[in-house]
Amino acid sequence: MKPWFFVALFILAGAVITFAPLPVTAAAPARRTFRVEANQFAYAPAVLEVNPGDTVTIELVSTDVVHGMFLDGYGLSVTADPGQTTRMTFTANRSGSFRFRCNVTCGALHPFMVGKLQVGKNRWLWRAIGLTVLATLAILILPPNFPKAETG
Amino acid sequence: MRSELTRFPLIKSLLKNRWPQMVVLFVMLAGFLFAILSGFIGTPVGNRNFGIIFVWIAWWAVLILVAVPLFGRGWCAVCPIPLPGEWLQRGAIMDPPMKKPRWFNLRWPNRLRNIWLQNLTFTLVALFSSVILTAPKVTAVVLAAMLFIAIGMSIIFERRTFCRYICPVGGFVGLYAQAAPLELRVKDRQICLACKDKPCYNGSAVGYGCPWDVFPGGLTKNTYCGLCMECLRTCPYDNIAINTRPFSADLSKPPIRMDEAFKAFIMLGAAMIYAGVFLGPWGTMKLAAYSVGSLAWFGYAAAFLAFIFGLLPALFLGAVGTGKALTKATTTLKKIFTAFATALVPLGLMFWVAFSMSFVLTNAAYILSSLSDPFGWGWNLFGTAAIPWQPYLTTLLLPLQTLTLIGGLLWTARTAQKVGSEVKVTPAPVILFSTLVTIFMLGLLL
Repeated sequence: MKPWFFVALFILAGAVITFAPLPVTAAAPARRTFRVEANQFAYAPAVLEVNPGDTVTIELVSTDVVHGMFLDGYGLSVTADPGQTTRMTFTANRSGSFRFRCNVTCGALHPFMVGKLQVGKNRWLWRAIGLTVLATLAILILPPNFPKAETG
Repeated sequence: MRSELTRFPLIKSLLKNRWPQMVVLFVMLAGFLFAILSGFIGTPVGNRNFGIIFVWIAWWAVLILVAVPLFGRGWCAVCPIPLPGEWLQRGAIMDPPMKKPRWFNLRWPNRLRNIWLQNLTFTLVALFSSVILTAPKVTAVVLAAMLFIAIGMSIIFERRTFCRYICPVGGFVGLYAQAAPLELRVKDRQICLACKDKPCYNGSAVGYGCPWDVFPGGLTKNTYCGLCMECLRTCPYDNIAINTRPFSADLSKPPIRMDEAFKAFIMLGAAMIYAGVFLGPWGTMKLAAYSVGSLAWFGYAAAFLAFIFGLLPALFLGAVGTGKALTKATTTLKKIFTAFATALVPLGLMFWVAFSMSFVLTNAAYILSSLSDPFGWGWNLFGTAAIPWQPYLTTLLLPLQTLTLIGGLLWTARTAQKVGSEVKVTPAPVILFSTLVTIFMLGLLL
């Protein structure tokens, strides 16, 4: 078979892996509350898992200095003084993996104080792994000198 | 596919004339000294200090996202670190004086004419990076140490021995410069062979001999050419050219040496460890990396070294050995190992690009505020000191990182195929190894 046929096939497969809707495990939206302790330079728990549509409340408690939380993708933020609890409530209407970061300078490793909010499955990671495997297959199946062999 | 840039008179005169380069070097040196000063006298809060923000965010972003991928050793052409030492060594700032070197001018020992010392200095910086990246005083000490070591080496040894054999940045810039679409080469090798005085290497009244101890007539790779443009100035036959070329042109010319092969592992492994420590949610790892001297830090350091110098090379050796066994090749395993390590250059570079995207985009907001208040003393020079922190383009980050990593994998796989055809060994196990480490990196970043 012509290599260009495989190229078309790989492009099509890549588009399917990237954009195809994946089966959704239907879970009724629920109220989820997390008590997140912040201290230099980590959140505990550091990974929060919710379902799409859940109403999420994060109670941020700082146990040492002033800390904050900025949630990527949602653009929400909150700060907590030592020993005090502040709350952030939102509907998890965007699926995927989102980092949350301290937004108040809290010490040396402040720029690296991060946690992760997982809304539903980390589909992007699985799609990326699928694309990686597809890229490997493509490189192994297509001739090493493609496309020069075709044009030359 | 190659196109000579120096055929354009404007570009050629800009590169041959010392003034444009010197102006840039002076600006860089001023910025470098200011970064050291701000580290020592400015606020100890890293993200409010010019030294930390401009070295580890602004400079790093330009270096790894633009300069190295596109211009190879272009940064080395304007790096201020060797400058004061070089002035002392030469006894001149601009044109070369017609007199002998005024210091010891010793040759660098033959046994050390490799990049093992650069591997060591980079590894040391990497082991202490949590502190270096975040503590202004420590950054200032490291930068000042580099400056003074460069000065000391310029006094004792000939040429730029610091850049060539010690600089922790120069080692990986040289490795990745092989992939860049820019090169300095001679136009006609026969002219160099017939040239008696070799002013490109020995110097002349119009320029210095190659500071990087390279004979341009023998250049086949970018690794050790610092793009300082001295040979362009000294060649009496107008035989030096700056060319654009396809990406990774040097990578089809294996083998590399074992010290260069290990540089590839160090860079690949360090990018993965950094992605986990700095961008991951694991606070224990961050604290261990930061608590220098503690038991946890020794554990971190041991894991770091074991991963980079043990696990990664061992897995790669297994892949290479499998390829050799499948092909029943007669070439030695060492030769195949170093040859295939070339293929890891694009993958490592793209790992660093993907890691740096995240690191830079989330911290770039500090650049504007520290411009207005470089010492963190409450100044507001340009009215930007109060700009609030916020991460930029985080919605684009995951797709960009995914494309970068997969692009790096494809690039590496193609390089492995070229290497495979040279050494007559199937590249499939090396491609599989590269696929697995790419998936691991995706897991850390996404």
